[in-house]
Amino acid sequence: MSETNVKKGWFGNTMSLPNDDPRKTLLIAVLLCLACSILVSTAAVALKPLQQANKENDIKRNILAVTGLNQQPGTLDELFARFEVQLVDLATGEYADTDIEPTSFDQRRAASDPSTSIRLSSAEDIAGIGSRSNLAPVFILRDGDEIDQVVFPVHGYGLWSTMYGFLSLEGDFETIRGLQFYEHGETPGLGGEIDNPRWRSQWQGKKIYDDNDQLNIRVLRGFVDADSPLAQHQVDGLSGATLTAQGVSNLVNFWLGEYGFGPYLQRMRNEAGVI
Amino acid sequence: MASEARENVVNPLFNNNPIMLQVLGICSALAVTTNMMAALMMSIALTAVITFSSLFISMIRHHIPTNIRIIVQMTIIASLVIIVDQMLKAFAYDASKQLSVFVGLIITNCIVLGRAEAYAMKNPPMMSMLDGLGNGLGYSLLLMAVAFFRELLGSGSVFGYQVLAVANEGGWYVPNGMMLLPPSAFFVIGLMIWAVRCWKPEQVEKPEYQIHQVHRTETL
Repeated sequence: MSETNVKKGWFGNTMSLPNDDPRKTLLIAVLLCLACSILVSTAAVALKPLQQANKENDIKRNILAVTGLNQQPGTLDELFARFEVQLVDLATGEYADTDIEPTSFDQRRAASDPSTSIRLSSAEDIAGIGSRSNLAPVFILRDGDEIDQVVFPVHGYGLWSTMYGFLSLEGDFETIRGLQFYEHGETPGLGGEIDNPRWRSQWQGKKIYDDNDQLNIRVLRGFVDADSPLAQHQVDGLSGATLTAQGVSNLVNFWLGEYGFGPYLQRMRNEAGVI
Repeated sequence: MASEARENVVNPLFNNNPIMLQVLGICSALAVTTNMMAALMMSIALTAVITFSSLFISMIRHHIPTNIRIIVQMTIIASLVIIVDQMLKAFAYDASKQLSVFVGLIITNCIVLGRAEAYAMKNPPMMSMLDGLGNGLGYSLLLMAVAFFRELLGSGSVFGYQVLAVANEGGWYVPNGMMLLPPSAFFVIGLMIWAVRCWKPEQVEKPEYQIHQVHRTETL
């Protein structure tokens, strides 16, 4: 590079030093880091609102899909506005009395913070989630005054990953309307078949309580015998994905059980006069 | 000049394909080729990163101190990858969910760093940019080809559109589940390398050892 005799100041002097001079090395490193961090943080800050909206829309889309509401006309937000969102205190089953806005409640963050969650012993923790948040949102869809459906967020461990999804119950708090996962890392084609609409559709109409009012719902290994009296509490397994299917079975049982939404279901069924 | 520019873009497609000839960047080729949509997104992301990283690195190449040059290159590449990842999350949310960690892993993709070190450090910005673009396209071409076979044979579809009627939905085609697992990408890439080397025999490497000669020196 040709140098002129014009006064270049401190910056120009340093820049015209040989590349391997420590002062120039330092200057280049600092400048580069500065430029890159400005670029990265600008992109991150500028795109944050869009990303947040995407995330929320994704959750909404899945809630609409699990209730079948996405078949109806209307925009995402219009349809979603028909849900009443409540936070449930899982230990008591009552609606929680907090200032937290239910729609912005972050269950994953709450579950990882010891002050807002409980640790589960290995006997209690059939879903393999480690700790459970004290509060959890429920999405209630009403038809007039009657409750039509209630959607519960559920998650649990499959073979490779924690699977996150929604389980929807009919207003009788006994019949499953749908089960859908929106995030998992199971093997595509094998465990990933939990996303297969045909498999998912089997859940619809299954009963979660047996004649003795005990929780009884499971995924089998192999196929359900349609003549069996238990058929309405059972779902076909996934061939080649026994562990993933078992994980789904476990997480459904966990979240409908006493450490999940069990107390809430108990309360709602009492109020509805089912039991 | 114009012919060199053309060479830079076209050569990496078949004659000097970064995956098929140099066998670089295999890891992401295994991971994101189960369906064509994911492969396309990954291709766009990587091509964008490698094009701009080559351009920027070439622009400041006279000022990069030799002893920290890899760090400088990595910093530029990493920043670009983060920006691309953020863009995907904002504008192509579903795709970014599918690609998950693999966009971040472009940082360690050997093709990107390889082009920065081998070409952009020694050549002017425009040429480097075209070289980056060419290699990105070469990578994309192979990724799309692998994804085509894996999605077609593994799920009977192309870009998510069902073309073969799959057996568990009442059709005749029983999907090959293995095509959806990572090892199948090895087989597909291997077969492609074989095919291309039959077509262009000059790509075949000379054997590094001659087993018989080694044997003979032992007996001597």
